Amino acid sequence: MLKKLAVAVFLLALVPAANAEIIYQKTSLYRNITVTDDGNRTCMQFASKGYYVSQQTCQYNDDPDKLVFDYARLVMAGLLVNPNPERILVIGLGGGTLPMTFHKLYPEAQIDSVEIDPAVVDVAKRFFDFEESENVKVIARDGRVYVKQAARFNRQYDYIILDAFNGDYIPEHLMTKEWLEEVKSILAPGGVLIANTFSASRLYHNESVTYEAAFGWMKNVKQDSGNRVIITGDFDPISREELIARAEELQDPRFDPFGIDLEWTARQVRDDADWNREARVLTDQYAPVNLLQGDN
Amino acid sequence: MLYALFVLLLAFFGGFSIMSIEMLGGRILAPYFGSSIYVWGSIITIFMVALSIGYLIGGQLSLVKPSLRKFGGLFLICSAAVTPMVIFAEPVMELVFEYFWEDPRYGSLLAATGLFFIPTVAMGIISPYAVRLLVQNAHHSGSVAGRLYFVSTAGSAAGVLMTSFYFVLWFEVNTILYMLAGILAVCGISAVTVGVLLGRRALAVGAEA
Repeated sequence: MLKKLAVAVFLLALVPAANAEIIYQKTSLYRNITVTDDGNRTCMQFASKGYYVSQQTCQYNDDPDKLVFDYARLVMAGLLVNPNPERILVIGLGGGTLPMTFHKLYPEAQIDSVEIDPAVVDVAKRFFDFEESENVKVIARDGRVYVKQAARFNRQYDYIILDAFNGDYIPEHLMTKEWLEEVKSILAPGGVLIANTFSASRLYHNESVTYEAAFGWMKNVKQDSGNRVIITGDFDPISREELIARAEELQDPRFDPFGIDLEWTARQVRDDADWNREARVLTDQYAPVNLLQGDN
Repeated sequence: MLYALFVLLLAFFGGFSIMSIEMLGGRILAPYFGSSIYVWGSIITIFMVALSIGYLIGGQLSLVKPSLRKFGGLFLICSAAVTPMVIFAEPVMELVFEYFWEDPRYGSLLAATGLFFIPTVAMGIISPYAVRLLVQNAHHSGSVAGRLYFVSTAGSAAGVLMTSFYFVLWFEVNTILYMLAGILAVCGISAVTVGVLLGRRALAVGAEA
């Protein structure tokens, strides 16, 4: 019950302020995309009528570099493992905040983003300063298909971010053990995987055991507010304490414009496994994730 | 009367199986071709093409000595045609992906053809053949066809609903496919049995006369 309430409050917080002006609207192949501007920040939403609005990306109008959402800061936990990423893959573009932030921090890194919906790519370019360049590429494709193709060509990444969930519908084929094994196959030796996922509902347990099944271990990086990312990869688990120590070493003023504080991020890492280990692993054969999500 | 209900019940399960398989089609193709809109486009296209061909074949078959026994045999063929989906799904998709990795549109169309075409053609034969089994005179043919479409389409609706709301939560995809093959097999065996019994009775009645 409390959990439900927390989710409700969290979702309410996502609804744009009443005075936000709609500056763009488009019905794409997959969803309704809305861009709003409340004077302070510009946001992209995927709206389903009569349901809650899920905020995809927000950008401060007068400080576009600064990350608006804490979850984006949690995603930076991968830097504690791999402080100098060279090949980054982002599955799920949104407004392109993550690839652009990485590009500004690591201009030499090759950053590929995969987004199923070409209309989202357009919106990212038009309203959120997302720019393609020699080192920043975007591929309009289903994430699973892209990863399979990348595996075929032995393409590898040392920092992979899974961010393909928009809150109202979860692509089932991006939640299974087989999918994670395919992702693992394009992870370079020592590479890190960060997944932006779910903290509420029964799915939390299924998802956690599925990551454990594919990678052998996983850790939460999460806040009580409901934000949660998973960290795992091709390396042995590292304790929270060790990560905090690393964060102190990695402190650098160049993170400041983005509002990234690696020590803060490291402190959100949890060493304990608080999920039910008996939960069923999700596979291509069994992945009723949208049904499980609705079920608290 | 009972005979008509029996044929309608069989048609119901035929419709149920077709759409249950179509729903699962999306899940089967997703690991290789994703769940983009064109993957669903491929699946629906192939089901429509296969059904239309099945209708044509069913109509032609019904011209030659239609019988409940043959109708039952058709269900057994449908049942047998569903099982390869379980066994060959991986290798078929692997092969298609190997050659069509560039374009998931035609890749998914080709894979959907390889996996779903034959069983769906077979299941498409059911409806027109069932119409023939029930029609006794031209005057009633329209009402018989209407009733049959009603039942088989209601079966399809039930197949979609049960599969997407419940089966996927309770069972693995392959388990559901085996269940459908089982349902079709039971339909086939009972139709053949009833057909044989009715045939004997018809012979007996004929002998008395």
